[in-house]
Amino acid sequence: MSVVVYTESEEGKFKKIAQEAVSYAKGIADKMGTPVTAVTINGGDTSELGKYGADKVLNVSNDKLDKFNAEAYADAVAQAAKKEGAKVVVVSSSANSKYMAPLLAVNLDAGYVPNVTELPESTEPFKVKHSVFTNKAFSITEFKTDVKIVGLAKNAYGVKENEAAGTAEDFAPELSSEDFSVDVVSVDKATDKVTIADAEIVVSGGRGLKGPENWEMIEEMADILGAATACSKPVSDMGWRPHSEHVGQTGKPVAANLYIAIGISGAIQHLAGINASKTKVVINNDPEAPFFKNADYGIVGDAFEIVPKLNEKLKEFKAQNG
Amino acid sequence: MKILVCISHVPDTTSKINFTDNDTKFDTNGVQFVINPNDEFGLTRAMWFKEKQGATVHVVNVGGAETEPTLRKALAIGADEAIRVDAEATDGFSVAKQLANVVKEGGYDLVLGGRESIDYNGGMVPGMIAQLTGANFVNTCISLEIEGDTATAIREIDGGKETVKAKLPLVVGGQKGIVEESDLRIPNMRGIMQARKKPLTVKDAVDANAETQTAQFEKPAPKGDIKLVETVDELVDLLHNEAKVI
Ligand SMILES: Cc1cc2nc3c(=O)[nH]c(=O)nc-3n(C[C@H](O)[C@H](O)[C@H](O)COP(=O)(O)OP(=O)(O)OC[C@H]3O[C@@H](n4cnc5c(N)ncnc54)[C@H](O)[C@@H]3O)c2cc1C
Repeated sequence: MSVVVYTESEEGKFKKIAQEAVSYAKGIADKMGTPVTAVTINGGDTSELGKYGADKVLNVSNDKLDKFNAEAYADAVAQAAKKEGAKVVVVSSSANSKYMAPLLAVNLDAGYVPNVTELPESTEPFKVKHSVFTNKAFSITEFKTDVKIVGLAKNAYGVKENEAAGTAEDFAPELSSEDFSVDVVSVDKATDKVTIADAEIVVSGGRGLKGPENWEMIEEMADILGAATACSKPVSDMGWRPHSEHVGQTGKPVAANLYIAIGISGAIQHLAGINASKTKVVINNDPEAPFFKNADYGIVGDAFEIVPKLNEKLKEFKAQNG
Repeated sequence: MKILVCISHVPDTTSKINFTDNDTKFDTNGVQFVINPNDEFGLTRAMWFKEKQGATVHVVNVGGAETEPTLRKALAIGADEAIRVDAEATDGFSVAKQLANVVKEGGYDLVLGGRESIDYNGGMVPGMIAQLTGANFVNTCISLEIEGDTATAIREIDGGKETVKAKLPLVVGGQKGIVEESDLRIPNMRGIMQARKKPLTVKDAVDANAETQTAQFEKPAPKGDIKLVETVDELVDLLHNEAKVI
């Protein structure tokens, strides 16, 4: 009857979203009076998961699962959920989890609600709050199914320590060749860059920066802050920056602790996609830019003057504060 | 090759989001509906397969009669036929069950949907169709080529991309990249005239209960006022001491 949570790792290290997902699963399990079982796939040292509330860790080690494969992973997690008799399965909002969750829902004949921002307001009936209309609203949604899949929004619940046993147990799901019918030929991933999905801080530039040659100062700021770089849609449409940096309603969602928008006007489609970020800073020379109505802090002024000064100040600050 | 493009009928991105009936229903008053942007990228890619590889392209929507103008727009862009499954689109799983039935009956080789719809952001319909019909599935697809019965696709992952190969039948969750923004087509007069004569079939729904149900909508709390500062020193101080984010 435990709450099962799928925990993602990379190169043997659990991601922050995995810690968050376990913390959240623990919150649900406490409401339901059941234990938490984490499922990890080639995850490395599982003892860490106990710290966030996992009573048990089902550890899947299988070379065939070295590369993420949605169908095979969904099959493995479904088998773990069945073994545990889980009524609730928690997944995160990473690209991989969002790929896997619908398949898992069919495997378990479970309802699935993504982008959930809080603990369920009740577990009987099971009701969760999740963002809809790209952060322009929330829906309180009731599950009608026996098994429920909850997709936790990034950076909404937070990481909470809650010591539990975290007893590891090997688990070998039965996988068929059909699970691997989508063949992953190659993976091309920049390992030295912070991704928008994982970043705590995102530095984003818009059309106000005039051209791709001016992104050096944006990258410098990202470097100083350990941040990811992002951009508005026209910037990627014009090829100044890669599409993978396009954020907003039709691009990537951003739910960072800090979002710094430089030379971005704050169109409704842009704001929708970044609104789940906690603190928003805008630097723009037009005091009428709509972003000023949506940010927490702002400087009205020319980015080409302010950003280099800000970078110097941030360097100084980092030197003092580590 | 038979292609089915799933079209979600969604409020235009500039829409004000309001609710009626004690915040239990989306207020469609004054809202303009469009083809979901992620689906439009897939539809445009389908046009390429039609023109270069002789594919037949059908479009489908699960919804009431009010969604037909959106389907007509897809026909005006160049789809050959449209299907509307006459059911209220209440939750992703029941919509996927309706669409899986259309896919099975129509024997489609390729089903193109969007990574997510911009209204409920469910991001689940394409994956569920694949799993319900036994087809392969590629999500967040930013490039798609088909040769014979094999697809080569590039999928966007967090921090990079991944190339995959899969046999048809295949379901794809598309997004910008599968075609470029500049490839999108605005229907011309001729397309609009032709679309009026193309078949739009209304299909009865199959039994599929909603698995989740909206109980109540809420609007986010209003945003507090911005703090404007003059200097970068003040900004860094506030980010450190007040917001505590650096
Ligand atoms: C269907 C649809 C979907 C969309 N989806 C997205 C989306 O997902 N993401 C997205 O970003 N957009 C999206 N858009 C586009 C959106 O409407 C805006 O056009 C876009 O966000 C504007 O980008 P921008 O702010 O970079 O450019 P602009 O609106 O041109 O703003 C540039 C800003 O830079 C400022 N500026 C100029 N010079 C300087 C300077 N020297 N120093 C400081 N500031 C300066 C200007 O004052 C201005 O405010 C979408 C549009 C549509 C129709």
